[in-house]
Amino acid sequence: MANSPEVVTQKYTAKDFTSDQDVRWCPGCGDYSILAQVQRTFPDLIQTNKEKIVWVSGIGCSSRFPYYMNTYGFHGIHGRAAIIATGVKVANPDLSVWVATGDGDLLSIGGNHFIHACRKNVDLKVLLFNNRIYGLTKGQYSPTSEKGKVTKTTPFGSVDYPFNPLSLALGSDATFVARSIDRNPKHMQEMIRRIGQHKGFALLEIFQNCNIFNDGAFELLTEKETKDDHVLVLEHGKPMVFGKNQDKGIKLDGAHPIVVDISNGKYSKDDLWVHDEFSDAPVHAMILAHLDDRPDLPSPIGVFRQVIKETYDEGIKNQIDKIIEKKGKGDLEKVLFGSNTWEVA
Amino acid sequence: MSEIKEKEFRVVTNVTVRFAGDSGDGMQLTGSQFSDTTAWIGNDLNTLPDYPAEIRAPAGTIYGVSGFQLSFGSEDVNTPGDLPDVLVAMNPAALRKNLKELKNGGVLIVNSDAFDQKNLKLANFESNPLEDDSLSGYELHQVPISSLTANALEGLPLSPKEVARCKNFFALGLMYWLYDRPLKNTEDWIKDKFKNKPEYVEANTKALQAGHKFGEMTEIFTTRYKVEAAKLPKGIYRNISGNEATALGFLTASVKSGLPLFLGSYPITPASEILQYLSSYKNFGVKTVQAEDEIAGITSAIGAAFAGNLALTTTSGPGLSLKTEAIGLAVMTELPLVIVNVQRGGPSTGLPTKTEQADLLQAMYGRNGEAPVCVLAARTPRDCFYMAVEASRIALKYMTPVILLTDGYLGNGSEPWRIPHVNELPDISVKFRTDPERFYPYLRNDNLARPWAIPGTPGLEHRIGGLEKADVYGTVNYDPENHDRMVKLRTEKVKRIANDIPDLEVDGDEKGDLLVLGWGGTYGSIKDAVNKARKSGLRVSQAHLRYLNPMPKNTGQVLKNFKKILIPEINLGQLAHLIRSEYLIQVEQLNVVRGLPLKVNDILEKINSLLGGGNGK
Ligand SMILES: Cc1ncc(C[n+]2csc(CCOP(=O)(O)OP(=O)(O)O)c2C)c(N)n1
Ligand code: SF4
Repeated sequence: MANSPEVVTQKYTAKDFTSDQDVRWCPGCGDYSILAQVQRTFPDLIQTNKEKIVWVSGIGCSSRFPYYMNTYGFHGIHGRAAIIATGVKVANPDLSVWVATGDGDLLSIGGNHFIHACRKNVDLKVLLFNNRIYGLTKGQYSPTSEKGKVTKTTPFGSVDYPFNPLSLALGSDATFVARSIDRNPKHMQEMIRRIGQHKGFALLEIFQNCNIFNDGAFELLTEKETKDDHVLVLEHGKPMVFGKNQDKGIKLDGAHPIVVDISNGKYSKDDLWVHDEFSDAPVHAMILAHLDDRPDLPSPIGVFRQVIKETYDEGIKNQIDKIIEKKGKGDLEKVLFGSNTWEVA
Repeated sequence: MSEIKEKEFRVVTNVTVRFAGDSGDGMQLTGSQFSDTTAWIGNDLNTLPDYPAEIRAPAGTIYGVSGFQLSFGSEDVNTPGDLPDVLVAMNPAALRKNLKELKNGGVLIVNSDAFDQKNLKLANFESNPLEDDSLSGYELHQVPISSLTANALEGLPLSPKEVARCKNFFALGLMYWLYDRPLKNTEDWIKDKFKNKPEYVEANTKALQAGHKFGEMTEIFTTRYKVEAAKLPKGIYRNISGNEATALGFLTASVKSGLPLFLGSYPITPASEILQYLSSYKNFGVKTVQAEDEIAGITSAIGAAFAGNLALTTTSGPGLSLKTEAIGLAVMTELPLVIVNVQRGGPSTGLPTKTEQADLLQAMYGRNGEAPVCVLAARTPRDCFYMAVEASRIALKYMTPVILLTDGYLGNGSEPWRIPHVNELPDISVKFRTDPERFYPYLRNDNLARPWAIPGTPGLEHRIGGLEKADVYGTVNYDPENHDRMVKLRTEKVKRIANDIPDLEVDGDEKGDLLVLGWGGTYGSIKDAVNKARKSGLRVSQAHLRYLNPMPKNTGQVLKNFKKILIPEINLGQLAHLIRSEYLIQVEQLNVVRGLPLKVNDILEKINSLLGGGNGK
């Protein structure tokens, strides 16, 4: 959001972004944390003209989000958040358009819209509340549930493989791909700031605990005793170090990531893979996205990749401007009368 | 050829011509060129392109035959004609497929070169019809079109294949001669079309001229026809198809309302052309999003409507099915949105390139819950323009989705249009809400429309969506009384549009024995049938609904003034169903679902039978 010099307003506070609606998520739901971090971060990110913020969502617990934000909001239909948001953004590129969505909403019924929004690089900021379950419909497995998941509709365990949302986004050429965790407020705030500053299609996957239907799904990544050994915090330009005592690191062996011990003198930080958010090659981010596939590797959080290129909404606007410059503004009378006319006197 | 004999000119008031050939023969082009020239010299006309769903079926097959029929005349022409007076058949398959429709004694022009063993076999002819006497009931002209074209183009640097492709211009030139039309229009078109290929300009122009010359020199044709210009109202005219008229209507609504036009759409026959036309008006600020599917088409448009654009989505049958859920969202969020359905034969993929009117009940009711939308239908190709403007006006004024029904025949068919000046067209004024004082998202005005408060307006931040909202306040609300009130308000809002639309007009006496009531693309056929019946002394009138939900306020009164009501439709009685249930009256039906416009004669026969066998005076 551009800070226009002639408008001197008081800085917004979290309260300015809080609507008068009662928040109705289950007590203990990870969604509360996401809402809180957004409301806390927005005053830094949005210093003027909060009327330009629009939140769009689909259907699901997570998709109630827009009702709780005191901004313009559109609670859509299941799966269509990203494409409704595309319409908003293309119609008025001056708006800052945010999407709140769930794993079912974005990746199951809305999968097609998702990949196309990535591909087109629509300037949207998408917060994916990934709880690996269908919350609102009370606990069926979702396209991010792990294989073998036992739920109401898979009493003997699911037989299908899950989507990896980040790899899907990277494969579809999203220009900003990041991840955070509901139980890590500081990190999430940082990621919200980053996504807010990106121009282009941006996905922030947030591991979100559904304490009613999939409690503990991310326990290893959030519990005090285990989290340091299972989470890798990505920082641009820094070697990939993790572990309770910062004693482990990721080394790249060709295209294969391996965990090495940097405490015993055999390897040092200099041997480790250095994270480059802006890498031209998408393969590095892709390898990072797939660390999750292997239980011996940690789950990365942070910005996986960021690239800058013309956005879809800009492209449409620029094309229109260029054609108007070339042909002049359209003259309706001329178009109606066309070229092949005759007169009846 | 020896001396040129003077040819006789016969004056006729109306002719129906059908061009037929392989889909690769360029029949659609030949037909549309003939139409444009014919319109240009002042005849009234009406066209029916009829092409296969396959893009290039194997040459010579019956299913690969593409046709283009047009009717033109010096008097009002309302339909593309029931049966052709003239058939141009470029090969045996075209003859096989179309001969049964040619009028007895009609003119039959065939490309005799194409009647070889292989093609005859492909068209299931056991013997060559040009050689037996099976065609003796027609005025047969055998013209070796392929070889004459090749002769005319001798010496040009073209491959035999390229030469063969020019034969449709030869046929066109010959038809221009036969019906006394100038070549200029088509010559100009060729020049423009092939501006980067001078050798094609020369070849096609030569073929065109050779065809014309052939008519003059040959002795095969002894008679030429003259069709005088029609007496049309004064003005500047152009020939226009329904799809182009639809596109221009929305462009006009955009200019008139001062709102940028946003179209979200997914290509589908026969609606794609609207997206194609509108994509070319970028210098009007038109934004077209070719979406990943029809759901994306409409939902992106809903987003654009929320953001303050004139939002539009265009589709045909199966696409409308996909948009169903989103139309409900537009009803619930009470946003202005126009949905165009260029109807085609259904169900499912059905007959993609043929016309039908079987989506009326879907447009009326095809959603979950009580989800009223305004439904309009254009009745002629040029009427598509006015109904597109009207659909936009209503959507914006009442904050409601509007479904505009056209159909394959209207969309592809064309007719002359007296072009209106921009200042003759109604103004569409739109006021966004800007005042935060006493702003509530669902506080309605006298028309029951809620305010349009677009993102970017300070102080009006609010949330809308598919969940039921509290009356006035617009917050999520599950209260039973509130839901009951909102369901009724949404319906009442659409009902009140009736206060703002023209009365149903009756063509003919206001009272009589029979009213033929129609809607959509059957207008022309019904009009011709009713005119003929009246000429024979029957007390028949016509009324045609362009507003289907709500219907004009006087509809019930109009119906009461007639002893009988006949509703002809290209479906199994969908309007008949609506009329019966709304007005509790008896209606007669005529239902023919062939994927083609209704035949005037079928309607006339039905009228006659209802009124006692031809003279029920
Ligand atoms: C067209 C349609 N199909 C199905 C549903 C039912 N439905 C609502 S939310 C949902 C899944 C929600 O899961 P997710 O997107 O992961 O969101 P969560 O509730 O977990 O936040 C489903 C299947 C619906 N509302 N609409
Ligand atoms: S069901 Fe799960 S995701 Fe939904 S509100 Fe409750 S805890 Fe949160």
